[in-house]
Amino acid sequence: MSLLTIRGLRVEYPGRKSDFTAVRDIDLTVERGEIVGLVGESGAGKSTIGSAIMGLLDLPGRITEGEILLEGERIDNLESHQMRKIRGNKISMIFQDPLTSLNPLYTIEKQLIETIQQHKGLSDKKARREAIDLLESVGIADAENRISLYPHQFSGGMRQRVVIALALCSDPDLIIADEPTTALDVSIQATILELIKKLTRERNVGVILITHDMGVIAETTSRVAVMYRSRIVETGTTDQILGAPNHEYTKSLISAVPRADVKLVRFPMVNYIESAEEEYKTIDLSTHWLGKGREDLGAAAIKDGDKLIEIENLGMDFITRHSIFPGRRQYFTAVKNVSFDIRQGEVFGLVGESGSGKSTVARIIAGLYKPSGGKVMFAGQDITSLSNHEARQAVHRQIQMIFQDPYSSLNPRMRVRDVVAEPIRHHKLASTPREAMQIVDDLLEQVGLGAEAGSKFPHEFSGGQRQRISIARALATRPTFLICDEPTSALDVSIQAQVLNLLKDLQESLNLTILFISHDLPVIRQMCDRVAVMRNGELCEISETRKLFEQPVHEHTQELMRLMPNMDHLSHEGLQIQT
Amino acid sequence: MTVSSNDLSPVTQSAVARFLDSDIVYSFKQSKVTIVAAIVTLLMMCGAFFAPWITAQNPFDLATLDLMESLMPPVWMEGGEARFPLGTDGQGRDIFSVILYGSRLSLMVGFSSIILAGAVGISLGILAGYVGGRTDAIIMRIADVQLTFPSILIALLIDGTVHSLFPQLIREDSAFWVLVLSIGMSFWVQYARTVRGSTLVERNKEYVQAARVIGVSTFTIMVRHILPNVLGPVLVITTINLALAIILEATLSFLGVGIPPTQPSLGTLIRIGNDFLFSGEWWITFFPGAALATLALSVNLLGDWLRDALNPKLR
Repeated sequence: MSLLTIRGLRVEYPGRKSDFTAVRDIDLTVERGEIVGLVGESGAGKSTIGSAIMGLLDLPGRITEGEILLEGERIDNLESHQMRKIRGNKISMIFQDPLTSLNPLYTIEKQLIETIQQHKGLSDKKARREAIDLLESVGIADAENRISLYPHQFSGGMRQRVVIALALCSDPDLIIADEPTTALDVSIQATILELIKKLTRERNVGVILITHDMGVIAETTSRVAVMYRSRIVETGTTDQILGAPNHEYTKSLISAVPRADVKLVRFPMVNYIESAEEEYKTIDLSTHWLGKGREDLGAAAIKDGDKLIEIENLGMDFITRHSIFPGRRQYFTAVKNVSFDIRQGEVFGLVGESGSGKSTVARIIAGLYKPSGGKVMFAGQDITSLSNHEARQAVHRQIQMIFQDPYSSLNPRMRVRDVVAEPIRHHKLASTPREAMQIVDDLLEQVGLGAEAGSKFPHEFSGGQRQRISIARALATRPTFLICDEPTSALDVSIQAQVLNLLKDLQESLNLTILFISHDLPVIRQMCDRVAVMRNGELCEISETRKLFEQPVHEHTQELMRLMPNMDHLSHEGLQIQT
Repeated sequence: MTVSSNDLSPVTQSAVARFLDSDIVYSFKQSKVTIVAAIVTLLMMCGAFFAPWITAQNPFDLATLDLMESLMPPVWMEGGEARFPLGTDGQGRDIFSVILYGSRLSLMVGFSSIILAGAVGISLGILAGYVGGRTDAIIMRIADVQLTFPSILIALLIDGTVHSLFPQLIREDSAFWVLVLSIGMSFWVQYARTVRGSTLVERNKEYVQAARVIGVSTFTIMVRHILPNVLGPVLVITTINLALAIILEATLSFLGVGIPPTQPSLGTLIRIGNDFLFSGEWWITFFPGAALATLALSVNLLGDWLRDALNPKLR
C-alpha cells in the first residue's frame, strides 16, 4: 500500500462570477523513502495540492472531487479536530521562507519542546534531550548551547534547518516541502537538499518536494510529476522526465532551462506558455529612430572592443549608525576596491551570492548611489563627479537600467504608453508628441507586446510582459549601455528564456553593451561574453565566460561551480548548441 | 493565484460598464449599511446645497423674520404651524430652514478645512518621506509637537491669535476663514504621517529608481510618481476626517469662537438652543443636534466601508 494516494483530486475556489478550478484530475502516489517532485510554473496549482493534502486550503477553496488516502485511509473528508491530529503526527510541512516560519519571540528550544510535547507528551527533560538530538540530526553543530538562541541569531540556512527539525518533531510519515530552498543562496541550497535526501533515507519518510526549479528536481527526487495549468501532464522517474520527456509541455520546459555545460545560440520552443505571441512587424533598426542617434557619445567615437566603462577602485560604505561626530559613525562596506572594464559591444556578467555587492556596483554606475571612493569612467569621462546639469542628463540618456522585480518597476498609476514615453519626453528626443507616440508604438512592437498594449495599465500584464515593458522603457532613450540587474530571477523558466532571447536579439541588432547581473550561473553562461565574480564586496575573478566555467581559478568560483545543480543529463532535444 | 484571473470579461466593455463591474462597486452593493449611509449623506448634501430653493424662508435675512413667530413648537405639537415643520427659534427662524443653511456652512467649513489640511499634510508628508534626513526630522518633530496639543486647543489658539493680530477684522466676515484655518491646521498631522509612511514604501520601489535613472528631477518624481500612489489611504482618512472636521466646527461654534449667531452653523444653533433647553423649547437644540449626528455618522460609515474596500487584507 502506498503511503499517500491521491485520486482524481479537484479543488475549486468559488468566485464572484465563476468558480475557479485550481487543480483537476490529479492522480499521485508517494511511497515511503522516496522524494516525489511536483514541478511546474507559477499558477500551475502545485502549492494547492500541498494545501489540499494538509487540509489547509485557503477559504473559500474546497475539494469538489476525488479523494486523498494516507496509508489507505481517507483523510480529505475528516472533521477538523481529527485532521489536526494527522497534520501534526503523520504529515508535516516545510515552508519556503525560513524568516517567517519561526516565531521570532520564542527561543528555538521553546518552539521545539512545545511541538515535541504536543505530539509525544514527554517530560521537559526528555523533550529537551530529543530537541537537541533533532538539531544535531539536521546538522546544527553545538546544538546543546545553540538551542537556547532566538531565530534571528541564526543565518537563513541554519533557520531552514531548524524549520526542518520542527517538521521532524512528531516523527511524520509524510513531509511536504513547498519550495524549501527558493529563498536561499546556492551554497546553502545544496546542503539543505542533501539534508532532506539523507533524512528521507534514514527515517523512511515520504517527501513531496514542490518546486519550480529543474536543478532542485535533478538533484533530489526519484520521481517527478509535471504540472501545467492545473493538471498533471506527465509523471515518471526523474531520469525519464529530464532526459526523455514525452509531453510537449515538458519538452519545452526542459529546453528552456538554462544550462551551464553548453552555450545555446538561443532558447528554442519557448512559446508554449505565454499565449503564443502573434508575429509583430519587425523594424529595420539600422534606418529607424531607435538605431540612430547613437554617435553622439562625446568627442571620441567608441569602436567595438574599446573600453566603454572603466571602473577604478570603486568603494561604497553605507552608514549603519548615524552620529554628528564623524568618528562615532559606523559603516558597512558593501563594495571595496573593485576595478574592471566593460568593452563596447560585449555582455559583461557580474555574478555573486546575495550580499556580494553586485547590485550596489550596478546602482553606482547608474548614478543611483554616489560612491565613497574610486571612479566610474564612461567613454573616457568620469561620471561620478559631473557637476553640470546638462552633462549629467547626457550620461543618464546613455546608461539605462532594467530592474529585478517586474511588479514594482512600473508605476501602477501610469498607462504603459506613458511609462515608455517618459524618457523620450524627459530628454526631449522627439520633435512632436506624435513622433513620440509613434516611437512608443514601435518600441512596444519591437519587444513583442504590440502597440495596443500602450493603452493598458501595468497590472493587466504578466511578469514576463512587464519585464518587456521595462525593456522598452530602457531602450526609449537610445542608450549605448544597459544594466540588467537580475532581470529574470522573478520569472518562470520558459518566460525567462523568452526575455533572455529578446535581450540577446536587441543587443545584437542595436549593438548594445550590457552589464548583466545574476546569481544564476547557467543564465550567465548563456548570456555573457566575460564574467566577474564577486564575494563580500570584493572582486574574486574576471574571465572569459567559457574559460570561467571550464577552468575556474579562484577558490570561491570553484566552490560556486561545484554547488551548481548538476544538469548534465537534461534532454538536449531541439537545442542549437554554439560551439 | 487570484480568483479574478479566471474572470473572462470581454475586452470591449466600456469604461462605465467596467466600473460598475469592479470589485469596489460590488462590495458597495453587498453592504446595506453603506448604501443607507450613502443615501443619507447624499440627501443631506443636496439639501444643504439647494437650501435657498427648498426652504420657505432665508433665515439669514433678518427682514423675513418675525418675532411674533418665535419659539413655536414643531408642527405635530400644540401650537405648531405647517409653515414651520420643526418649529422656530427665539428669533422666529424656521428650524428646518436653519438646519439646511447651517449644514451648508458646516459642510463648507468641513470640506475647506480638509482640503487645506490635505494640501499641507500631503505635501509635507511626501517631502519628509522622499527627501528624508534632516528635512524629515524637522517636519515630523513639528508634527509630533502638534499632536501633543488637543485639536480644540490649537483651533482656539489660532482663532485668538488671528483676532488679536488683526483687531480691525470684522468677526462676521473673517469667522469662516479663521475656522477653516484652525481646523485645517489641527488635522494636517494625520495626513503628513500617513503619506510619509506610504512614501517611504513607494520611494524604494523600482519604478522610482527607474525614473531616477532616466534623470527625472526630484520634484517631478514626487508629483508624478509618488503622489498618485499614496492617495489611496488619503482618500480613507479624508472621509473620516470630514466627519471629525464637521464635529470640531460644531464644537468651536458651540464654544462661541466659531460662526457667529447671525448666520448660524449647526454648532451655533445647538449653542443658541442650549439657552432655551431648560425652559422646554427642546426642538431648537434637538433637531440641529440630530442632523449633526446623522451627517457625521453617515460620512463615518462611508469612510469605514471605503477603508475595508480599498484594503485587500480585510476582504
